[in-house]
Amino acid sequence: MNSPVSDRIELLRRMLLVRRFEERCVELYTETKIRGFLHVYIGEEAVATGVISALDESDAVVATYREHGHALLRGVSARSVMAEMYGRVTGCSRGRGGSMHLFDATARFYGGNAIVGGGLPLAVGLALADKLQGRNRVTVCFFGEGAMAEGEFHESVNLAAVWQLPVLFVCENNLYAMGTALRRSESETNLALKASAYEIPAWSVDGMDVEAVAGTAERAVAAIRSGAGPHFLEARTYRFRAHSMFDPERYREKAEVAQWKQHDPIDAFVGKLRDEGGLDDGRLAELENQAADVIADAVAFAEDSEDEDSADLLRFVHSPGSTAEPASLRGAP
Amino acid sequence: MTAKKSPKRKPASRSRVADTTAAAATMTYREAIREAMRDAMKADDRVFLMGEDVGAYGGCFGVSMGLFEEFGPERIRDTPLSESAFVGAGIGAALGGMLPIVEIMTVNFSLLALDQIVNTAAAMLHMSGGQFSVPLVIRMTTGAGRQLAAQHSHSFEGWYAHIPGIRVVAPATVADARGMLATALADPDPVLMFEHGGLYNSSGDVPAGAPPVDLYSAAVRREGTDICLITYGGTLPTTLAAADLLAADGISAEVVDLRSLRPLDDETIMGSVTKTHRVVIVDEGWRSGSISAEISARIMEQAFFELDAPVARVCSEEVPIPYARHLEAEAIPRTDDVVAAARTAVRGTG
Repeated sequence: MNSPVSDRIELLRRMLLVRRFEERCVELYTETKIRGFLHVYIGEEAVATGVISALDESDAVVATYREHGHALLRGVSARSVMAEMYGRVTGCSRGRGGSMHLFDATARFYGGNAIVGGGLPLAVGLALADKLQGRNRVTVCFFGEGAMAEGEFHESVNLAAVWQLPVLFVCENNLYAMGTALRRSESETNLALKASAYEIPAWSVDGMDVEAVAGTAERAVAAIRSGAGPHFLEARTYRFRAHSMFDPERYREKAEVAQWKQHDPIDAFVGKLRDEGGLDDGRLAELENQAADVIADAVAFAEDSEDEDSADLLRFVHSPGSTAEPASLRGAP
Repeated sequence: MTAKKSPKRKPASRSRVADTTAAAATMTYREAIREAMRDAMKADDRVFLMGEDVGAYGGCFGVSMGLFEEFGPERIRDTPLSESAFVGAGIGAALGGMLPIVEIMTVNFSLLALDQIVNTAAAMLHMSGGQFSVPLVIRMTTGAGRQLAAQHSHSFEGWYAHIPGIRVVAPATVADARGMLATALADPDPVLMFEHGGLYNSSGDVPAGAPPVDLYSAAVRREGTDICLITYGGTLPTTLAAADLLAADGISAEVVDLRSLRPLDDETIMGSVTKTHRVVIVDEGWRSGSISAEISARIMEQAFFELDAPVARVCSEEVPIPYARHLEAEAIPRTDDVVAAARTAVRGTG
């Protein structure tokens, strides 16, 4: 399956942006500009890039704490994501969420969830609302294979299946739940087989091949939109970097990492596009420059942005004007 | 210090006394909640109910009886036994534009959904920088007194009241049961409504028009001058009975029904403390780390010099609630306990 050249270049452009953005984030972390936990998606970009390319603007995305790429791919601006990492008021969550809690109502991007498995019920509910209101929209829920050991996975997939809700469950199987290998955490390591126990279509795809992911996701999304109920997609991928910035990686061999890096989704796709005549050095350099410009602009924006006034600390614990807000916020004496 | 008894705050006003003189209907607490849900479903297509056995079965405690037949399975939605998923789905549906009512059979089962309630529902608005409010109502049964033992009988509403981002209400009267749901559904943020299982069969009057009840005001259920008895939910009848006994003994007890555990109505509490100068807090939760402890601390902070006696508490004994009738009765606040605590506070002897 080959898309038009322009679509393929677009997939590459997106993956490159995510890769370079996060590489910059790692640098900024070591410069202590970004703090807290930082989980980068480097190596896994083909998954979110392929899946999100299959969505309409009105669809919803629920992601995990490793979601910078998902946010960018969904159209959350690089400026607001970077400003969020800096903890600035101009960040997509006003600096309250940080790396793990990116949100954007306009993009229908519902986080950014740092509880493994915690986003699955939310996705089911978003899809339920669409079904009850007769809207033909799809909700995509990303989670890692570690979440498949959580009760919330089983409860949520069962519920979506029983109610035939328009959800695409996307398992980003990077083989390690933090440091615990798949074979040590799952009795059934064939994750699509496991999901199929809930009587939903469940497929596996090479998560290092962006076009394979996109094609499979398009089929699943089309089926869901036509009323075929929830689908499950396992994308087999690999995290090239540490789990977070505090991970000495004692749980896996360097040789294994090196082996997977030979399947780098960006290198592989660049090679494919060169071979098939859609890409040359000039075009690639242009894409790299575009990404660099976007990132430089985002960093400058974050650097120049203000912190939130600490007097606003208690704002949005409840909705503005709520009688549950402290009197000081309601203008009372 | 000479500030003792200075009128720093107005006493609870007469208007706070619940007015049931315009009664238009007498019904049970169970019927009141059902009627409130029926009204809400009729008034707004976005409202729906989901939970375990709320539909075909009619509700574990019969609260939703008949609604399944009236509104159908889409809006009276039976869920699998998966508290975390269906509470989380309620959050998601609220984010998606619906106004869900999620029923959890008992407060003990709500612990299976604690992640969704605390980590998502309560945190979502603040964590998203004000973007995503969660207009969700979660109803659940709480409390002991029905010999249901240690996994159906506890009172965790005080725990929930610890959490910023949610409201915690406990209707104790039929009128409140009837009037709080509409207000809760109109609130843009999550509301947890605790229904004491011992109240479902209680009868009471609902004023004409079933007026909505706000989610922040405590109510003075009985006026008095010698002591203030502060309580909520299932121990309101216990406390009112104690006030009757105290009256026969010449002690005039005021009874404050908190109605909302988060936020707490400090003004009404301190008003009553300022008026009576003695306090007993009656709370079916365990004493340690309880809502009664919070109220006591607030009285120390805000009205210490009004007190003529130490703040006293009548709470559940610190045991898992047992099955045997006599042991269960021993474990939870009884009228005699409240009377004894009040007498000690007033006269220095029980």
